[in-house]
Amino acid sequence: MSTAAAHDDHHHHAPTGLKRWLFSTNHKDIGTLYLWFSFAMFLAGGLLAMVIRTELLEPGMQFVDPEFFNQMTTVHGLAMVFGAVMPGFVGLANWMIPLMIGAPDMALPRMNNWSFWILPFAFLILLSSVFMSAFGAGNPAAPNFGWTFYAPLSTEYGPASTDLFILSVHMMGISSIMGAINVIVTVFNLRAPGMTLMKMPLFVWTWLITAFLLIAVMPVLAGAVTMMLTDRHFGTSFFNAAGGGDPVLFQHVFWFFGHPEVYIMILPAFGIISAIIPTFARKPLFGYASMVYATASIALLSFVVWAHHMFTVGMPLAGTLFFMYMTMLISVPTGVKVFNWVATMWRGSMTFELPMKWAIAFVILFTCGGLSGLMLAITPVDFQYHDTYFVVAHFHYVLVSGAVFSMFAAAYYWLPKWSGVMPNKLLGELHFWSSLISVNLLFFPMHFVGLAGMPRRYADYALQFADYNFWISIGGFWFGLSQLLFLAVCVLCAMKKGEKAPARSWEGAEGLEWEVPSPAPFHTYDTPPVVK
Amino acid sequence: MSEHNLQQRNQRTLRKLLIWAVAMFGFAFAMVPFYDVICDITGLNGKTSTTASTEGPSQVVEDRTVTVEFITQRGEGVNGDFTSATRRVEVHPGEITLVNFFASNPKSSDIITQSIPSVSPGEAARYLHKTQCFCFDQQSLAAGERKEMPMIFYLDPELPRHINTLTLSYTIFDVTDRVAATNN
Repeated sequence: MSTAAAHDDHHHHAPTGLKRWLFSTNHKDIGTLYLWFSFAMFLAGGLLAMVIRTELLEPGMQFVDPEFFNQMTTVHGLAMVFGAVMPGFVGLANWMIPLMIGAPDMALPRMNNWSFWILPFAFLILLSSVFMSAFGAGNPAAPNFGWTFYAPLSTEYGPASTDLFILSVHMMGISSIMGAINVIVTVFNLRAPGMTLMKMPLFVWTWLITAFLLIAVMPVLAGAVTMMLTDRHFGTSFFNAAGGGDPVLFQHVFWFFGHPEVYIMILPAFGIISAIIPTFARKPLFGYASMVYATASIALLSFVVWAHHMFTVGMPLAGTLFFMYMTMLISVPTGVKVFNWVATMWRGSMTFELPMKWAIAFVILFTCGGLSGLMLAITPVDFQYHDTYFVVAHFHYVLVSGAVFSMFAAAYYWLPKWSGVMPNKLLGELHFWSSLISVNLLFFPMHFVGLAGMPRRYADYALQFADYNFWISIGGFWFGLSQLLFLAVCVLCAMKKGEKAPARSWEGAEGLEWEVPSPAPFHTYDTPPVVK
Repeated sequence: MSEHNLQQRNQRTLRKLLIWAVAMFGFAFAMVPFYDVICDITGLNGKTSTTASTEGPSQVVEDRTVTVEFITQRGEGVNGDFTSATRRVEVHPGEITLVNFFASNPKSSDIITQSIPSVSPGEAARYLHKTQCFCFDQQSLAAGERKEMPMIFYLDPELPRHINTLTLSYTIFDVTDRVAATNN
């Protein structure tokens, strides 16, 4: 047994059945757990979105009361951000980072087990309030203040279940911080000989930077919910004006976490796309070093833009200008990335296998979302766009057709490595085209209704928005159903039904992960590979 | 590298990162006083001084008139009236003005209230000086009482030229429980 496998003394008699998963310290098993958990949360959060879209199918109140509607928007946001997107990327990190840098496992395997197994319980606590609300048990209200839980809505006016929410956010935070620490320790200490920092695949780079962001801001979120808790129960007045506090302070603390958080949800996506495009363009990535620096610049800038979420609270002009310019500045490194991807494809021998299709869709649709972000950054127009569906359109373009599409790309790209079989082509193609069309039907018209003044987070709307909302809802149901195709693809792969995948599953694929057999054996790199 | 060394290195990195995480948790709380300081300096969020101004105005700028509007709001748990005698006054910067506010308590028990001021535009907050204000202290209202609460202010003659109207908003809160909790 070599290098860092000290934790794994019994690794040739791995437990089977439930125990294998409960007690696992293997990065591949934990990665798999994360990915399935993330997908389950994606479906659960999606189900809540279906309730939202059903109510908004027609103007007027039809299916749920506004109170329940508010709970749906809140928990949908929380489940997607903290349950689907973040754990999804952590799962990919667990699976791929050790394989990509030639490490036998994550550096802190026991902590890895912990950081995963906290998560299901965190969400059990959060979602239990939804069940109680839906079935009328106890105080019938899940958190209903929006995923941003602004004070005093979440402090003085929050339902009793707010305390469940606080506890679950604490647990999610601890899980994320442990996951992030694990990534950093692994990348710093377990790289194979010769794998210098500037030789690391970009997915590892972007995740390393993401991990630093996580450690920097998840504790701030924990601080914010702790302040909420003491405001609610222990007589403090952090956010309570009556006691000398300030509700606007909450927004500053929250968005100091919240803005880096949105980059936490997109930087790993950049890494995935930077792995896939060179493979199918059969050219090395254009501008590797500039990609690394661009990622780092985005991460640094993310700490000085938070107040663009709150232009309307009444800031001094100098403040709004500062945050406006800083926000616009972010489009420079982001633009560098987009140009690098396009330059990688330029004159490449491109083929359009499933991962590449998702990656190209990502580049186009993410850029679309980035552009509406640039519009929102302009202070005077933000006064019009603020809290309208334009904002909803913007962040769904970057999060769904951005982050989520990148994870689909990653899944199709690495499923052969994970399962040993190629993902089903027919189902995959159907999933892609169906998702691509429906996601645009779902989110594109939101720009129009938003610009026309439809506010977000309402259970009803003015009649003039009826036609658009009807089609948005149709797009929503369609997109939601399309994801069942992906479930089928995953289940088929898990059952090993499909064409057998070779070690190098894609013709142009480069990188250490393609040197090991498919499926990747339970233990890889007991002897570290030498990177030239 | 031996296995033992690697373990030690991992532990060291882990400890450093944990310290950082704990420090950032502390940073969230450090943002609270930091925010207050920023508000004091910039008038961010329209916070006015919480203590009476001891100096009078240096001069009265007769050739300039500024409109000051008053808004009153009731916070959670307050169901009595809360109004001002006038909704708007026209003043010259440096001119000392008195405005009466009224609060009533229709409840059958005594309450203690605290009013919180806010100025819009926030930039004007530090040019609004109050020599007397009911908001500096908690005001107790006996059951059924209607109370007149004076507020005396003047605008700083240095008030930037582009500010022609400013709005002073008060929200009244019932802090009876809060005070009782503190006294226990």
